[in-house]
Amino acid sequence: MSSRVRALFYAVAAAVITTLPAAAQDSVKIAYIDPLSGGGASIGEVGLKTFQYLAEWTNAHGGVAGRKLEVVAYDNKLNAQETLVQLQKAIDSGIRFVTQGNGSAFAAAIEDFVTKYNERNPGKEVLYFNYAAVDPALTNDKCSYWHFRWDANSDIKMTALTNYMKPRANIKKVYLINQDYSFGQSVRTEARKMLGAKRPDIEIVGDEVHPLLKVTDFSPYIAKIKASGADSVITGNWGQDFALLLKAAADAGLQVDWYTYYAGGTGGPTAIKQANLPDRVFAIAEGVSNEPYAPAQEFEKAFRAKTGVTLFYPRAVNEIRMFVKAANEANSIDPTKIAAKLEGMKFTVYDGGEGVMRADDHQFLQPMYIANLGPIGKDQPFDEENTGWGWKTAGKIDMQDAIVPTSCKMNRPS
Amino acid sequence: MSDIASDAVNTPAPGGLSSAGPRAVVRLAAPWIALAVAFSILPTIFTSESALTMLSMMGIMIVFALSYNMLLGETGLLSFGHAVYYGLGGFLAVHAMNTVIHDALPVPLVVIPLVGGFSGLLFGIIFGSVSTRRAGTVFAMISLGLGELVASSSLILRGFFGGEEGVSTNRTKLLHLFGLNFGPQIQVYYLIAGWCLLCMAAMYALTRTPFGRMCNAVRENPERVQFVGYNPRTLRLIAFSLAGLFAGIAGALAAINFELVNSAEVGAGQSGVVLLAAYIGGIGSFMGPVIGAILVTWLEVMLSDVTDVWQLYFGLLFIGMVMFAPNGIAGLLMMHAPLWQAREYGSMLRLALAYLVALVPALVLLVGLILVIEMTYHLSVKASEGTTISVFHVALDAASKIPWVAAAVLVLGGFWLFRLTWPVVGNAWHDALAHADGRAK
Amino acid sequence: MLELVTISALNGVLYGMLLFLMASGLTLIFSMMGVLNFAHASFYMLGAFFGFQISQILGFWPAFLVAPVLVGGIGALVERYGLRHVHRHGPVAELLFTFGLAFVIEEIVQMIWGKGPVDYRVPAALDFSAFTVFSTNYPAYKMFELLTAVTIFAVLFTVLKRTRVGLIIQASLTHSHMVAMLGHNVPRVFMLVFGVGTGLAAVAGVIAGPALVTQSNMAGALGPILFVVVVVGGLGSLAGAFLASLLIGLVQTFAVSIDLSVADVLGGIGVAPPTGGVLLDVWNVTVAQIAPIIPYLLLVLILIFRPTGLMGTREH
Repeated sequence: MSSRVRALFYAVAAAVITTLPAAAQDSVKIAYIDPLSGGGASIGEVGLKTFQYLAEWTNAHGGVAGRKLEVVAYDNKLNAQETLVQLQKAIDSGIRFVTQGNGSAFAAAIEDFVTKYNERNPGKEVLYFNYAAVDPALTNDKCSYWHFRWDANSDIKMTALTNYMKPRANIKKVYLINQDYSFGQSVRTEARKMLGAKRPDIEIVGDEVHPLLKVTDFSPYIAKIKASGADSVITGNWGQDFALLLKAAADAGLQVDWYTYYAGGTGGPTAIKQANLPDRVFAIAEGVSNEPYAPAQEFEKAFRAKTGVTLFYPRAVNEIRMFVKAANEANSIDPTKIAAKLEGMKFTVYDGGEGVMRADDHQFLQPMYIANLGPIGKDQPFDEENTGWGWKTAGKIDMQDAIVPTSCKMNRPS
Repeated sequence: MSDIASDAVNTPAPGGLSSAGPRAVVRLAAPWIALAVAFSILPTIFTSESALTMLSMMGIMIVFALSYNMLLGETGLLSFGHAVYYGLGGFLAVHAMNTVIHDALPVPLVVIPLVGGFSGLLFGIIFGSVSTRRAGTVFAMISLGLGELVASSSLILRGFFGGEEGVSTNRTKLLHLFGLNFGPQIQVYYLIAGWCLLCMAAMYALTRTPFGRMCNAVRENPERVQFVGYNPRTLRLIAFSLAGLFAGIAGALAAINFELVNSAEVGAGQSGVVLLAAYIGGIGSFMGPVIGAILVTWLEVMLSDVTDVWQLYFGLLFIGMVMFAPNGIAGLLMMHAPLWQAREYGSMLRLALAYLVALVPALVLLVGLILVIEMTYHLSVKASEGTTISVFHVALDAASKIPWVAAAVLVLGGFWLFRLTWPVVGNAWHDALAHADGRAK
Repeated sequence: MLELVTISALNGVLYGMLLFLMASGLTLIFSMMGVLNFAHASFYMLGAFFGFQISQILGFWPAFLVAPVLVGGIGALVERYGLRHVHRHGPVAELLFTFGLAFVIEEIVQMIWGKGPVDYRVPAALDFSAFTVFSTNYPAYKMFELLTAVTIFAVLFTVLKRTRVGLIIQASLTHSHMVAMLGHNVPRVFMLVFGVGTGLAAVAGVIAGPALVTQSNMAGALGPILFVVVVVGGLGSLAGAFLASLLIGLVQTFAVSIDLSVADVLGGIGVAPPTGGVLLDVWNVTVAQIAPIIPYLLLVLILIFRPTGLMGTREH
């Protein structure tokens, strides 16, 4: 480094440092705690980019109750105890809002910690915004006043999915294949229950669970699916479990419809294109990139141009926008006041429908979409992972048809 | 040798404590009292909650690493599955806590680590009886297999292991003694510090017993031990069970600290961390694992804030230690023990100067390597974030040639200069040793 | 049912062959140097990634030839400058060195290629269906994998048993001092064996990459299974490694498709299910759920009852 550059740097640094305290007072910080190294990092980094973009967008559109929004990243290393350590660090540096989503186990740890912390430290409350952990228990028997969830939980998603499948007479034999852990188990139990109630004529010809992220060759499972004569498969598989499943299906030439939760995740579209299954893979989501709603498409265009990735989390957009709205309405960044405003808040969601943050359990209820991946037309500007295929809306489920009752009995602050 | 190296405290004549005078007792107890005082005043220096959490984690890791060294350093048993006893201790502790809360039993929080210890002992005996039949590579493989078995069964036995979310508890709901509810982190810190001190003293005492010495003997020459009249297998089993006991206590302390235990605590990752901590600290001395535990905990928590490729630095540090300092940090320090004992302060000063001279090019080399690593990382993985990065708070553009040239200069130049200083250090060392030998004679 | 059995058998054999490609190198290295190379699966991963990178530039077939040579070269360098240096500090240090190496290689791969999967494709020449078994297409690429593995086994066996070099290597396995005294450069033989061993693992990576997901966690997924294979087969025996690979490949593939549980078996005879707790979980567990654990169970059992493995030649 040349000495002139160094001198310039020190001058700038001095200037920045002297103005730092002033800037700190004016910004509201959100801690983003998700994996940023190791196995889960590819997903964690995408989430971080999303929130950083949203912070910039918020700051360009008036900020939060007049202050700047700043996202501070913490790496939880896919470990529950580490998550708590990082959360403690965040709280110590004065941060009162936390967001996380990758992994319901870590979400449960955060929710538990935040509840206990708020109980033991009145006046220093912290809010937890959950953007992707879908375990229904987080808003049922583990619910907490300080936790708000913007992602439809897995039961809601199954309700929406089965409501989509209900009028489709071509679905006669359904095969269930899921990962053997709490999420996969809840997918299969709810699928059986809801299909049984809405379409008792549908035959469930197989119900398979396999070890999580351990299977390297899904051909025996594909052989079983073929043997059962199923025309549709419901799966909650994600990551390599999804990619390998589809690979094996392509190898075996299996022709079925796939109803999934996470086909949109990184690597999914590539796997689908490689398996040559146009318009046969469906995913349940709260927003679809090629949905013809102008404000959302504008947002996504700018988002992709700046970050280089797809907007995987329209719900993050809802989360930050509603946070800003609550802070503006309360004219304060005090977590207790914001929580009170967020409860029961009605909001126009990202893709143009109406949603509400249910006060009983702090689960956001919103319209859901069934998207499918296939070749896109001229008026559909978004493709995925350079495959030339994009997500298009196959069906829309209104909020009323995507509601699940809750058993939550939360302790409200007096 | 481990016992000689750990003789930072001189013990009295072979007759033991009973034949020693009060001065010897004071000398024996002094380090422990000093340690106790140090533990007590640390919270006054580091006051934030996260600092207290980190201190608590260090305390837990100290007990865990020391228990691991009972196997590796003392008895020569390399285990890749030690976290099993740590994790199972934690699980039994949370279940015990939940039972106490549920049935409102009059059990205070301070005795919960005993549950962990009991669980560690129990499983240590059970698994040890099959593991300790052989030593060496076979033992290492069995420990790996058992570790993977237990970790995998954690997803099957959901009732006990709580599935992916694990089992959580609330430490404030047990019986309150002296008005302590253990909600605030500082109370938890003192609980952990107290137990840590207790376990350290117990494990140190074990190394001084005939049993401890025979474990060392088993490590060196099992056949000879047989000829002396001991059964190496029994010795290994007892050592294994006791190591399990202390690991279980550590696990229970972790359960109290985080109020959450999940299957990651029994997994290969956790076993790897304790192996790392013990090895980096130095398995040849008692205080080695303590140093390693403190360092590794600190790095684990802090390094990820500084860089995304912290795991790479960890791995390189580990390889570096294995290749150039297999006795760990404690080993490096102990190398200077003869100089210290001979009170060769003059030559030690000259040695320190030589180290300083060698340090400068070493730092240059290090900075160059860090530059290369960080720039490669940003160019390949984070390319979409633009190519400007900030290393040591200096902004660089990884795509331009200048930083790369600078890094190459730093690495090559630093290495060359570093090599030049080796003879300087070597000479200083020889001089110092010669003086020390001279003085000693 | 028959279809399932056939497909599983074919897949099991294939998976076993893949394991053998890697285990062969590992067992040779172990017999030779007494070092259990923790980083062996990492060389497999390097083979896959190098294969991917080279195939992007030159195509699959050049990658197939070049990548293993590159990785073998890296392996030889690791032996020469790393392992040999650490050897004097004892077996524990060697083991830990390879342990750290595995870690570092995984991190470097992540750093360069990212944490997600890379798009390593089956070459177009092999991207068709070889034959149809009971209405399931069996890809030609898998047959190619099988062919490669069998060829390599044949070549390895011939070289070891029928050539002069093989004779020297076999002798160095058990009598390295004598071989040195006869004038052979034993350290160079070690380097050669290490390089060839890791090169073999790389071959496995190059051909398995397109079939499985090529991602930075591949080493961690396959690593422990490798050890099981080598230990069960017998440390030092190539034939044992072959048998154990086949056994474990078949067991794992079959187990994963079996839905039988304790409840089915005992419940069928009329035993009443337990009411709760740990026993209920064990009652309900199916063979498919414990499929990933079976190799470790096998490992522990073998180590307890027959530490030399199925066909091992030396005990440690």
